[in-house]
Amino acid sequence: MNAKSLYQEVILDHNRKPRNYGALDNANHHAVGHNPLCGDHLDISLNLENNQVDSIAFQGESCAICKASASMMTTVVKGKSRNDVEILIHEFRDMATGKLDLDNPHHLGRLTVFSGIQELPTRVKCAILPWHTLHAALNSEESASTENENDPVHMSAGNR
Amino acid sequence: MKIIDATLEHDVKFANKMEKVRADFPILKLNVNGKPLVYLDSAASSQMAQPVIDRLVHYQTSQHANVHRGVHYLSEIATSEYESARQKLQRFVNAGEDREIIFTSGTTDAINLVMHGYGRKFIKADDEIILTTLEHHSNIVPWQMLAEETGAKIRVVPINDAGELLVDEYEKLFNHRTKFVGLIHVSNALGTINPVKQMIALAHKHGVPVLVDGAQATPHMKVDVQDLDCDFYVFSAHKMYGPTGVGMLYGKAKLLESMQPFKGGGEMIASVTFEKTTYNTIPHKFEAGTPPIAAAIGFGAAVDYMLGIGIEEIHTREMELLNYATELISELPGVNVIGTAPSKTSVLSFVIDGIHPHDIGTLLNQEGIAVRTGHHCAQPVMQRFKIPATSRASFAFYNNRSDVDAFIAGIHTVQKFLS
Repeated sequence: MNAKSLYQEVILDHNRKPRNYGALDNANHHAVGHNPLCGDHLDISLNLENNQVDSIAFQGESCAICKASASMMTTVVKGKSRNDVEILIHEFRDMATGKLDLDNPHHLGRLTVFSGIQELPTRVKCAILPWHTLHAALNSEESASTENENDPVHMSAGNR
Repeated sequence: MKIIDATLEHDVKFANKMEKVRADFPILKLNVNGKPLVYLDSAASSQMAQPVIDRLVHYQTSQHANVHRGVHYLSEIATSEYESARQKLQRFVNAGEDREIIFTSGTTDAINLVMHGYGRKFIKADDEIILTTLEHHSNIVPWQMLAEETGAKIRVVPINDAGELLVDEYEKLFNHRTKFVGLIHVSNALGTINPVKQMIALAHKHGVPVLVDGAQATPHMKVDVQDLDCDFYVFSAHKMYGPTGVGMLYGKAKLLESMQPFKGGGEMIASVTFEKTTYNTIPHKFEAGTPPIAAAIGFGAAVDYMLGIGIEEIHTREMELLNYATELISELPGVNVIGTAPSKTSVLSFVIDGIHPHDIGTLLNQEGIAVRTGHHCAQPVMQRFKIPATSRASFAFYNNRSDVDAFIAGIHTVQKFLS
């Protein structure tokens, strides 16, 4: 795996100019995700209207992979139903951990630029953190510890 | 007429000697991602020289059995080699007696031993433990666990912007409740060499014992525990060109004897009945179970190897590399060195504007360059500088100027790629 093939232009672009960067006023869902490996953290706020993501924003301290993943995630999930978002979260995690066969039907679209991450085990967490945090935000009643147990890569994300 | 520049001749001789030393390390001949390995992560774990590898093989192929108690040939030779490693370590740190050297699984294990053996026996509610901002998590968390259990309190010595401890502030922290000081000799995150001798003397003025975490000191400098007058000194073999899984605790005999055992089991007892167990004498009281025999013997061989090169030579070489790297990296725009104390070991911690350390690490790896990225198990240091993480290049005597050049070129590439 050539690391540079992971850092594709679309990823570099989202890192330079992250979309939906910031915090939402009056968000009805919110979570903070932590990557204990590096101390990075990501703050995601979103508004669900009629079970649909009406608006979403993120901010935090993170690497290019994480920031681009968060930025692209916000553009993709906006307007989608909660169920569709959960399917994407699931598929993205499976892709990043090498469990998804991209030749089979999936819904990831341009998010497949992150498929190379499975070759870099130490960086998988960076790409997944936004998705994990989004999952925590959508399910704000779930505790952070349950999240840890369920997560294949032991990522911790806490609700705030 | 032939003019010989004595200094130059010395430098050339020295460089040649160190290139020969480099050839002792087989792993440095590896290619990574199609490029020659540039290993700049020795502060996390150093590489092993062929003579040390050979020593391990020799032990395993012709000397291995369990130590102590056995009366057969192999047990006798394993015991004598194990105990001779203890004596090598005793001489290495100039301890008064070999029974003051306790083999542990590493620095963390040694600190936990002191926390359980000394802390849990002598530290009570409202007592105070002084630690420093520069501590590695391994010299923070055990004391926090003790504080939680006993109700003791932790006081923290601050640092300045260069990453140096504020000794005046340290002095002000002492009062009649102060019962223990934990002090890192050399910061793993920044490389700062702390004035431990002076700080130990200050603690002793208040009758307070001091544990020094020497994990980042012993690979680089002469340590004399009697001269320092520290009460406990701990370090690991794998940062000094030895194997993982072994480290040691030096403790003053009187203190070690006053402490309760840490782990219970075989070897640490004098006699056992179900009514009462009598503990063995030091050091065995603290070496429950079968010790890491092979690793301890390898530890001794690693120390012999270091002494064979010479601690002075190691220091000279590493300072040369650090100064060269610091000079070159300082010329790069957007790069800031974190930890600028005048007294440092060969650690270069840095941040680059707008680029996260993990991206730096991944892209440098692409060039075959190994650096460490993250908080280096020293999150309070990161918090002090208001950064989440740094990239850290650490140089050992087996690195050379070509390694530094490749590293600087690598940083260039990363900056160009991610800007």
